[in-house]
Amino acid sequence: MKPVIEVKGVHKSFKTVKAVRGIDLCINEGQFLALLGPNGAGKTTLVEMIEGIQKPDKGEILIMGKKWKGNENELHQLIGLSLQETYYTDKLTVLETLKLFASFYNLPVERCLEIMDIIRLTEKRKAYVVNLSGGQRQRLSLGIALLSNPKILLLDEPTTGLDPLARREVWEILLDLKKKSNTSMILTTHYMEEAEQLCDYIVIIDNGEILKEGTLKQLLEDNNGENIVNFTLEEVHISPELLIGNKRFNIQWDAVTGRGEVVLSQLENELPEFLGFLHTNNLRIKHLECQRKTLDDLFTSLTGRHLHE
Amino acid sequence: MNSFFRYKQLLQLIITNFKEIVREPGVLFWGILFPILMSVGLGLAFTQKVNVVRKVAIIEEKSSSALHHDSISLKQYFQDASLAARDTVVDGTAGFTYTLLNDKLGNTTFIFLKTNWDNAMIWLKQGYVNVIMKETNGKVDYHFDPANSDAKLSYILLSGSNDKENADQIKPLTLSGTRYIDFLIPGLIAMGIMMSCMWGLSYSMIEKRSKKLLRRMVATPMKKSHFLIGMITVRVGMNFVESFLLFIFAAFAFDIRIQGNLPALFTIFIAGNIAFSGIAIFMSSRTSKTEIGNGLINAVVMPMMILSGIFFSYHNFPDWGIMIIQKLPLTMVADGIRSIFIEGGGFAEIAVSSLILTTIGIVFFVTGLKIFKWH
Repeated sequence: MKPVIEVKGVHKSFKTVKAVRGIDLCINEGQFLALLGPNGAGKTTLVEMIEGIQKPDKGEILIMGKKWKGNENELHQLIGLSLQETYYTDKLTVLETLKLFASFYNLPVERCLEIMDIIRLTEKRKAYVVNLSGGQRQRLSLGIALLSNPKILLLDEPTTGLDPLARREVWEILLDLKKKSNTSMILTTHYMEEAEQLCDYIVIIDNGEILKEGTLKQLLEDNNGENIVNFTLEEVHISPELLIGNKRFNIQWDAVTGRGEVVLSQLENELPEFLGFLHTNNLRIKHLECQRKTLDDLFTSLTGRHLHE
Repeated sequence: MNSFFRYKQLLQLIITNFKEIVREPGVLFWGILFPILMSVGLGLAFTQKVNVVRKVAIIEEKSSSALHHDSISLKQYFQDASLAARDTVVDGTAGFTYTLLNDKLGNTTFIFLKTNWDNAMIWLKQGYVNVIMKETNGKVDYHFDPANSDAKLSYILLSGSNDKENADQIKPLTLSGTRYIDFLIPGLIAMGIMMSCMWGLSYSMIEKRSKKLLRRMVATPMKKSHFLIGMITVRVGMNFVESFLLFIFAAFAFDIRIQGNLPALFTIFIAGNIAFSGIAIFMSSRTSKTEIGNGLINAVVMPMMILSGIFFSYHNFPDWGIMIIQKLPLTMVADGIRSIFIEGGGFAEIAVSSLILTTIGIVFFVTGLKIFKWH
């Protein structure tokens, strides 16, 4: 199957920053790909190069096998996008804004009505854009991206700044789209939950480079399926050396809060062993919680920082 | 792509642009009401016969014996005045007023304030008075800045106040076309075209760029030229409405008439719009910061507003200055419209200007488009 988007060895620098430093990507038809990374990771620059807004310094970008140069008109027809921040004209209504963009694709008014239904703004069709909430504006932006039934959807942080409910509404629209069409999508986000929920392929980038990529399962299992065990103890006053200096387990102990954390790769064998270790030292467990490593933990283990930092 | 599709796209751009403009209540005020108010304000200020009050400092001769007597002598100096001088007190300073009656030029009331030389100089520096009358040996000396035309006028009125012989020779100009308001209205129309293009086009373009709307729109198959043509079309249309309303108002309120050729007027109007639209596109072709846009627009608009003879004739500038001023786009538009409004001009008067204006517009438009930053 021919890839929908190919990014080969792409570099891009601005005056003082190297925003993108040699990235390769490949997206197939119907695939939803997340570019996950903190602010300033180079996600937007990469997406804008795919959108044809920026030109790479080095490397090549092919969309349906075609370069941007000389194929602008054709590629604009294929791509629907939403930029990180777009302020549509304040004093135009939702329907008027959609009609304007529909005219660029030569689409009938019926398509605008359809889209308003999909983005759940039919009730707001006569409302001025300036009077919409943040979530409604993002949905309008998404609606404009979807107007032309694009083969490729490029969304730059579609839910940043939205409350959880508004975020979920955007997700539902996208999940619905995934079910009903074979549109390919690239979405940038710094919410790992968003990447997990929406995308079948996740690319973690930081400082303009790919740190790790794969399906959610691959990414998390790649880490030897590590689990994080959080615990608190009945004993309040214990010598930290007992826990921290331990050679068998890599235990982190916070004496102030009285909380400990240990990373176990094979829960079945290692958890009983860990419990045995506590028992031997006359330490009684008050509370114990075991959780799967998340993308955020993965990111932290790769960079020493959290995604939101 | 068929032509109907393109037509539909352009139509939609024009419709949305139009809605965008008329839905801002400020547009109605600044575009339509403000020029009318300005014409009312300036029109009344310069066409009505008003009673002017002029303050003059007087310094009486210090003949030690009879100060009171001297003041009477100054009063007697104006004894032929149309109204007898009356004693008065202004801001705690004693003096007397006296009014020159003139039904053609309007009445002028002088307030003479008695003071000493030092205080008179302070008043002069403050602009409280601009003429000082000093009595020396029974004669009156006038002290004022001859470069200050207002002071000079005070002097002429005062020195000639008891000489009525020339008064009958004054023939006030009341013929339509020769009044200040006749000069002003074409200027206001020209200025309206410039302001509306520069602010309406440049500013909204820069704003669209800073809001990333421009970037979003060119990421669609939209034709860029349609976008610009749409904006310009709406702007020129609005300019036409604004100018028309200003003219209608002036016709009723001040009895302004267009004495020359209407198609010629339309031609220079369109040429002016082309020139300023082109300049506006050029000025807004790069920046995405509205603050910079503000500065750029002012840098273009301010010199022309001051120099191009919108409010007052530029013929008082030195000759070399006039040569340059006459080449400014705003001067060409204002002079062109004026020649048709009040000189009864036709195509002959505006042909060259229109051609130059159109060329300016096209050159700036094409250059602007070449360097235009869509992202």
